[in-house]
Amino acid sequence: MPEVLKAPLVVEFPFTRSLGPVQSAFLTGLREQTVLGVKTSEGKILVPPVEYDPVTAEEIRDLVQVDATGTVTTWAWNPEPRRGQPLDTAFAWVLVKLDGADTALLHALDAPGPDAVHSGMRVRVRWAAERTGAITDIACFEPYEGDASGTEPAAHDGQFDDAVSGIVARARLDYTYSPGRAQTAYINALADRKAVGERCPNCSKVYVPPRGACPTCGVATAERVEVGPAGTVTTFCIVNVKAKNLDIELPYVYGHIALDGADLALHGRIAGIPYDQVRMGLRVEPVWTEGGRYPDHYRPTGEPDADYDTYKELV
Amino acid sequence: MREVAIVAFAQSDHVRTSDEQSEVEMVMPVLHQVLEQTGLKTSDIGFTCSGSSDYLAGRAFSFTMTLDGVGAWPPISESHVEMDGAWAMYEAWVKLLTGEVDTALVYSYGKSSPGSVRDVLTRQLDPYYVAPLWPDAVALAALQAQALIDAGETDEPALAGIAARSRESASTNSHAQLTGSVPQGDYLVQPLRKGDCPPVSDGAVAVILAAGDKARELCERPAWIRGMDHRIEAHSLGVRDLTDSPSTRLAAERAGVFERPVDTAELHAPFTSQEVVLRKALGLGDDVTLNPSGGALAANPVMAAGLLRIGEAAARIHRGESDRAVAHATSGPCLQQNLVAVLEGEAR
Repeated sequence: MPEVLKAPLVVEFPFTRSLGPVQSAFLTGLREQTVLGVKTSEGKILVPPVEYDPVTAEEIRDLVQVDATGTVTTWAWNPEPRRGQPLDTAFAWVLVKLDGADTALLHALDAPGPDAVHSGMRVRVRWAAERTGAITDIACFEPYEGDASGTEPAAHDGQFDDAVSGIVARARLDYTYSPGRAQTAYINALADRKAVGERCPNCSKVYVPPRGACPTCGVATAERVEVGPAGTVTTFCIVNVKAKNLDIELPYVYGHIALDGADLALHGRIAGIPYDQVRMGLRVEPVWTEGGRYPDHYRPTGEPDADYDTYKELV
Repeated sequence: MREVAIVAFAQSDHVRTSDEQSEVEMVMPVLHQVLEQTGLKTSDIGFTCSGSSDYLAGRAFSFTMTLDGVGAWPPISESHVEMDGAWAMYEAWVKLLTGEVDTALVYSYGKSSPGSVRDVLTRQLDPYYVAPLWPDAVALAALQAQALIDAGETDEPALAGIAARSRESASTNSHAQLTGSVPQGDYLVQPLRKGDCPPVSDGAVAVILAAGDKARELCERPAWIRGMDHRIEAHSLGVRDLTDSPSTRLAAERAGVFERPVDTAELHAPFTSQEVVLRKALGLGDDVTLNPSGGALAANPVMAAGLLRIGEAAARIHRGESDRAVAHATSGPCLQQNLVAVLEGEAR
């Protein structure tokens, strides 16, 4: 069996998220080096603050300012930081209960080694040099010798000039994509300008592109069958919207094409004929461009149209 | 309440990488096996439900591809949860309880090998305060482990003992990935060593549920679901007591775990330290056979590992090795959400 194909696949998206009043106050506060919490009806102070009480689900809006110093409640030494994490040298993950708060905040602690970290140790916020209104405005925590200030958290109106109303949460995940055995065979055959499908051992239908299973019978397909190159347009649409990065003149036609010998239509662009003359039953063949790894489009073969009965099962 | 049982269970071998197989190619043999055990055909199944995650596949609606392995034409009654298959089974159980159908096929799969599961799981975290810091799954479990050590509930040698016992148990499980003596290795994130963490696995699992006499017809000794419940806790880690799992305890209470002793527990604890928490929450003594399959420390196909626990517990009842078992599945960081099921075999 030839080796399956593999290729890097990066999924990346800048999620834009809007903030409610509490989150906006907290993140704007970080930008201004002010840490805010929220007070529950029971009088507990939650840092980081949430909009609804995690116990009663009551809406909570009473903001208070807590200290930028606190105590580690638990920790974990991270010898090999991964992409995106707060520090690029070994550090401790910590949950820190800030002075004045009743709950803990997750962040990183910059310390020389695991021996320098313990639960109960005193730490303080190290602010990022450039702050935008995000959790990363806290660059990390650092060890701090002092005691708590002892001052009670003071009420805060949460109002700042130019409050941040949203964040951009960048997400990126890296994969090595493999299409599996069946689709590898299909892609490899395309390199030789051939289309191969797989026949179901049960119902004898030929699927193109093959995915290794018959969707009707739910059994593995393995017998490889060459199909095409010509085929019949079973249905089509006329596209009037320009896709980004696509250099095709509008309008153009996109259709389902049942390659000869296949029992499933695949889709492709139909060209070489005025868009308003494309029709069901039109006989077409693939057109390859120099170095192309799949047909660029399909064009009319010039044969008479296929009889409807020959392709009606595939519409 | 209508009687519902697990009547068949099948799983793939769990492996570090399966890139020669697409998802459907991995799932299909397991579906065939579970149907074969009962003699049912796809067309006999009243309801089909699956669990998986697009984040593992790196593409949208990835579960639709595996439907080809079920045979979804002519049309079937089907549903999917973007969760572990244990929750798909919960949905199927409810469907059977309504009386609408008599049988259900439940399957789930996880193909973690294309990406980095440690990083993928960060995307389930709070996007405002936590996810931008990219704390990976091992880091969060390590914070929980340290909290347990600080509280005097365990220590590193005890955790190593859990790892060793799990992989030793797995040596009789032909589907497991890590078996026998596995070195504890270096710290991945202290206090968790490599041996405290689950392997990265690809794998699939399927069960068939049936109601009443249909279950007796399909299986010599059905594993009756006497109760099932799932509960969740606050998302923010700093709000929770990481040394305890009140959601597991409450789910167990509602599922009826505490009514009578259990002889077997299959717990979904991907990290050694989480077994400590779960054992306490469920009040399990040393007389209970714990994770005889090796558990998630021996094979951890994400999104399938929870349903695997339920399937393994059911299989012990089928084989007559257990009369009353508790099965558990978890989701979210540090045991945030927990599902508990009680399974019983009829007296012999």
